[in-house]
Order: sequence, then structure tokens, then C-alpha cells
Amino acid sequence: MKFLDEYRDGELAHQLAGEIHRTTTKPWSIMEVCGGQTHAIVKFGIDELLPKQITLIHGPGCPVCVTPLEMIDKALEIAARPGVIFTSFGDMLRVPGSTRDLLTVKATGGDVRMVYSPLDAVKLAEQNPGKEVVFFGVGFETTAPATAMAVYQAAQKGLKNFSMLISHVLVPPAIDALMSSPDCRVQAFLAAGHVCAVMGTGEYPPLAAKYRVPIVVTGFEPLDILQGILMCVQQLESGRAGVENQYARAVCKRGNQPAQELMRKVFRIVPRKWRGVGEIPASGLGLADAYAAFDAEKKFGLAAHRVEEPADCLSGLVLQGQIKPHECPAFGNRCTPEHPLGATMVSSEGACAAYHRYRRQSARS
Amino acid sequence: MKIPDFNAGCPLPIRQHPHVLMAHGGGGMLTHQLMENVFGPAFSNPILDTRHDSAQFAVPPGRLAMTTDSYVVRPLFFPGGDIGSMAVHGTVNDLAMSGARPLYLSCAFIIEEGLPMETLWRAVCSMSGAAKRCGVQIITGDTKVVDNGNGDGLLITTTGIGVIEHALHIAPQNVRPGDAVIVSGDLGRHGMAIMAVREGLQFESTIESDSAPVAGPVLALLEAGVEIRCLRDLTRGGLAGALNEIAEAAGVKIAAEQKAIPVREDVHAACEMLGLDPLHVANEGRFVAFVAAKDSERVVQILRGFEVCEAATVIGEVAEKAAPLVTLKSPIGASRILDMPSGEQLPRIC
Repeated sequence: MKFLDEYRDGELAHQLAGEIHRTTTKPWSIMEVCGGQTHAIVKFGIDELLPKQITLIHGPGCPVCVTPLEMIDKALEIAARPGVIFTSFGDMLRVPGSTRDLLTVKATGGDVRMVYSPLDAVKLAEQNPGKEVVFFGVGFETTAPATAMAVYQAAQKGLKNFSMLISHVLVPPAIDALMSSPDCRVQAFLAAGHVCAVMGTGEYPPLAAKYRVPIVVTGFEPLDILQGILMCVQQLESGRAGVENQYARAVCKRGNQPAQELMRKVFRIVPRKWRGVGEIPASGLGLADAYAAFDAEKKFGLAAHRVEEPADCLSGLVLQGQIKPHECPAFGNRCTPEHPLGATMVSSEGACAAYHRYRRQSARS
Repeated sequence: MKIPDFNAGCPLPIRQHPHVLMAHGGGGMLTHQLMENVFGPAFSNPILDTRHDSAQFAVPPGRLAMTTDSYVVRPLFFPGGDIGSMAVHGTVNDLAMSGARPLYLSCAFIIEEGLPMETLWRAVCSMSGAAKRCGVQIITGDTKVVDNGNGDGLLITTTGIGVIEHALHIAPQNVRPGDAVIVSGDLGRHGMAIMAVREGLQFESTIESDSAPVAGPVLALLEAGVEIRCLRDLTRGGLAGALNEIAEAAGVKIAAEQKAIPVREDVHAACEMLGLDPLHVANEGRFVAFVAAKDSERVVQILRGFEVCEAATVIGEVAEKAAPLVTLKSPIGASRILDMPSGEQLPRIC
């Protein structure tokens, strides 16, 4: 497939891996921020090509994984109500809340539908004026513009039966929170390419300077990731800590300006709880006051309630890169993709699910 | 017998009954009309034509194989196939996985009240055509009608009987280290064709289902004296599901190579876009064959002589007697587990 197979070329991958071997003289820990990168690393076995001194730490960049349990419970509560069409991206349907998941709500009579775009949910609202259509807006800066566009269009059309349950999160505050933790072992970051395709690279130089960490904006194919790692190692070995862009075919410095403008119009920055990590200040997006009428939490009068994570789920430590998935005692026995304890085992981008799917054998030994 | 034209008008007096009514399943005049004017002429053969409560037929020498399957698909007609032909192909293919020559089918229709009679006729004509191409006769059946809203338009269950004319023991337990693993064609087309239509996804080209019978190619392998160890059709769960089931049943490690597995460009692109793995996606005209390594080249050559198997190729081998495991060598040379798909295939967020 064009624009894909070129970036999966075995020979070039080995050349890049060879260059990483030649460049590396000391042990380094590098975090890939995005779950899509984790998935590719484990699926293609990219880490098997790296020198032993390089440790990859799997970061918190899986939107399904970091959506807090309270928010999933709220989604379940709304979805079970009569007269509601609850819409969501596919992989949110299987994420366990405190007692059940959206697929179970569907099986017991709730109208839960998978959509490919928030704009499909707007269409559903137009087609079903007698129903309340709710969209579950999750994801990083990558999916936020589409959510913003849906709210904007719904407002333009004057739709009264459309609302959003929003749990969008932002990458730079999460990097900031991770780096400020005394336990942090991360020495360099592969930043999420598609987040930067929207936001540009401007948010990262202050972080690189503040914590003296190299940040390389990186794509998602094997050659992208290997090149991103090489660029990190070159910086680390030479004592530099700057922001570089490996993913130049998709990311420009200023990002997607119209998308950013729309996000600024529709959203405001709010504190947000990350599943397994806790609350991070200014790390989420909520609806701006002008669009408050589309806020499902307000519309359905959902009370704030706190929910505790299962005690034997260590997804928080996994998301912070403090342990590898298979180092959790529940991994592969009490916690599997069929019966996940925490969200990192649910989404195919979650670090635990990726390890379970592709390498539980090597993890066992 | 004249096979009705797929596009021919429905022979029931449509003006009188353009839609299926509860009474069509009630056992009275309308049920009789449905049998006489729709199922009877479409499926006509000497055994069915006796119109007895049960079909009577002579048992050929050899062991018999029997299988049953229910067909539920939305939409009923999709690019590359429809529920009628699929209900024949699927059951014939299950028989072929024992190396059986398919002989007879029964079919049970559960029809939702209100289904256009024309739709039923089209599905029945498609079934009749598929049965003829597969060399099987539909010799008994049943019809029920359920209330509007309580069915999915049309559900079909077929049961097949075939005769085993070879002495091999074709089963997962027979798989042994060194065996070659061969897929009969490109993977992922049926599942992606259905998903594209159902979800209104538009790609540059229309992906067509691979729904087709594979009994012919399997019988050709048997006639050529190939030492077949195991066969498995690659329906729900796709190649990944089938290989894991066989590894489990045989207690072996199977090693496959990603680069060798044929996936068409359009299917590959659609899967990439949705975050799905083509090796988890369902097929309706594909199977995997485990054969003695010495026969592998001959098997590929024989299979490629059939249009439905023109992309047949060796994709791996049975590595060793070990804890059941399927591994896949990635394009960059690293090896990973190829897992059983977990739950329903759900597209990823980003």
C-alpha cells in the first residue's frame, strides 16, 4: 500500500537499527507518548531491534485508557436512559465502568451506536428530533477538532437534542506532570505525531528546556519510530535537549491553524482526572460557556461521584512508565482483554493489551 | 430443471401478496402457495418433489460428514454475494473441510413478517444457483414467519450431508511439526465488504465479498493423493482464529510470516484506516490447509488452477510440539504472537 509499505521496509529498518547501535554508548530511557506508537512498537517488534541499553517506556497516550472511571459510569448512566441515542467511537464500547460496559447497556435495551465521526452523531440528531443524541467525546488534540466541529455545527443548525459528554485531554500538561514526578525515569520523549499535526510543535520547546529532555515529534510506522529513537539517542549522547521533528511529512511548526481556532472557540481548558494517574491541572478540554447548552453532564443533571479503581490494577504505574505491563501481578491471569481490570487492557492501543496480544509468551519467560 | 433467472420477477401473485405475511408460515393456503410457487420450482429435484415430511435417500458407501450453520447477515444483499448463496457456500465449505463430497442440504427459513416477496425470491434464486454450482441438492426444508420487528428480515439455517471417499484422517490432531501451512487465497474481503456497506464507508473501489464454494479445489487435492493433515475454513475469527484453534487442538507452535500472507491492496487500506487486522477479519471462500511439507509446492500449484484459489500460497509451517502458540514474523523481521481476536472487531479512535 502506497505511503505505508515504504515505511515498513525491513532492510531500511535494519539500517536505522544499526545506526542506533553505533550511536548508543550509555543506557537511555525513552518514552513514546502515544498509544498508537506503543501498538506499532509491540506489533512490529521494533524494540527487539534496539540495543539492550535502550529502554522504551510506554506513555499515557491512549485516550481510551486515560478516560476516568467516573466518566465511563456517567456514559453508562446516560446511555441506559429511555429516549437517548448514545454514540461513541468503537473502542469505547468495551471499556469497563464500575459495573458494566456500553455493549452491555446496548444488550439490555439501551440505544448505543458506534460512529466513525462526531459529525455522524450530529446527523443522527437531525434525523431523530424526538430523541436526545449524545456523543462521547474522548481523545487527545487529534480528535478534539472533530468534536469541536460537531458542537459548532450543532449550534449553527440550532439543534436542541444534541449534546456531548466530553473527556478530551491534552498532551503537554501530561508530559509536564510526568517529568515533575520524583520517580520519573524518562530521559527523552517521542512526541505524538498526530497531536502535533493539529497543534504544531510550539508547545514543546519550553518543556524541553525546563526539564532538559530531548523531544522528537515522531510518526507511527516502524521507520518513523526507529528514526525518532535515533534522533533522541543522538541528542542524548551529545548532551543536547531540543525539539526536533521526525514526522515532517505530516507536522509543520504551526500545526493546523483553522482546527486550533475552532478548538479555542468551542472549548475552554479545564483540570482533568486521568485514569490511573490522577488529576492534572489544565490538562483537559471542556465546553466554553457559549456552548454550555451542549454539555451532556449539565443537560442530564449528573451528580459528581467518585469511584475507586480496582485495588489490584496497577495501570497507573504502567501509564507513568514505572512498571512494564507484565510486571503487574494481575497481568494475564486476573486481568485479560476479555476480563480487563483497567482500561490499559481494553483498548488495542493500551500498553497492557498490546503486551498481552503480541508477547505474553516472552513476558512470561 | 430450469434455474430461475436471478432477476426474474417473483412467480407468486405479487399484487395479491407483495410482502410475506404471518399466514405464509401458518401451514394453510399461503404456506402451500409459497412451497408450490417459490421453494418448489427453485429447488426442484426428485427427492424434494415427493413433498414428504422427511427426505429419503440412499446412503452411498464410505463415511458420511454432516454439518449445520445459521446465516445472519445485514444487508441481505452485499457486494460479491447475498444471504442465499452464502447459506449454500458456507455449509458446503464446512463439509469440504472434512474432505467430504457435498451431496444434500436441508434449509430452514425464518422470515420476518413484511419482508418483500421479491427479496425472498431473489435470495431463493441465488440459493438455487449456488446449489447447482456446488453440485448439491436441497432435499428438505422448513419455513417459519415471525412478527414484524422480531427477525432480521431473513435468517437461513442449512444442514449439509456429504460422503467421505478417502481414507485420510483430516483433523487438527493430525497436524505435526514440519507441516506446511497454506492459505487458499487473499484474506479479509468478506468482513470488510460487509463493514463498508453496513457503516456507509466509501473507499476508492468497492470491496467485494469472497463468498464462494471451495469443495472443488479440496476434492482436487484429494484426487491428486495429497497428504492433507487438516483443513479449516477462515470464517469468523479469520486466519488468526483458525490458526490458534488448530495450535490449541494439536498442541503445536505455528510460525507464519506476515509478508507471505496475501491481502489485497483495497482490503489492506480499509483495515489500516479502521485500525483492524485483516488476519482477524472474516472470509467466506477461504481455507487454510496443513499438508506434509513434501506436498506443499504441488498443493499450491493445484489450488492455483481454480479461480477461487488463484492467490493460494505457503504462509508458514508447524514449528514444534510445544505449548500452543501462533507467531507471526513482522515485515521488519521481528517475531510476535498472532492472537485469537478478542470480542467483536471494533474500529479504533485514532
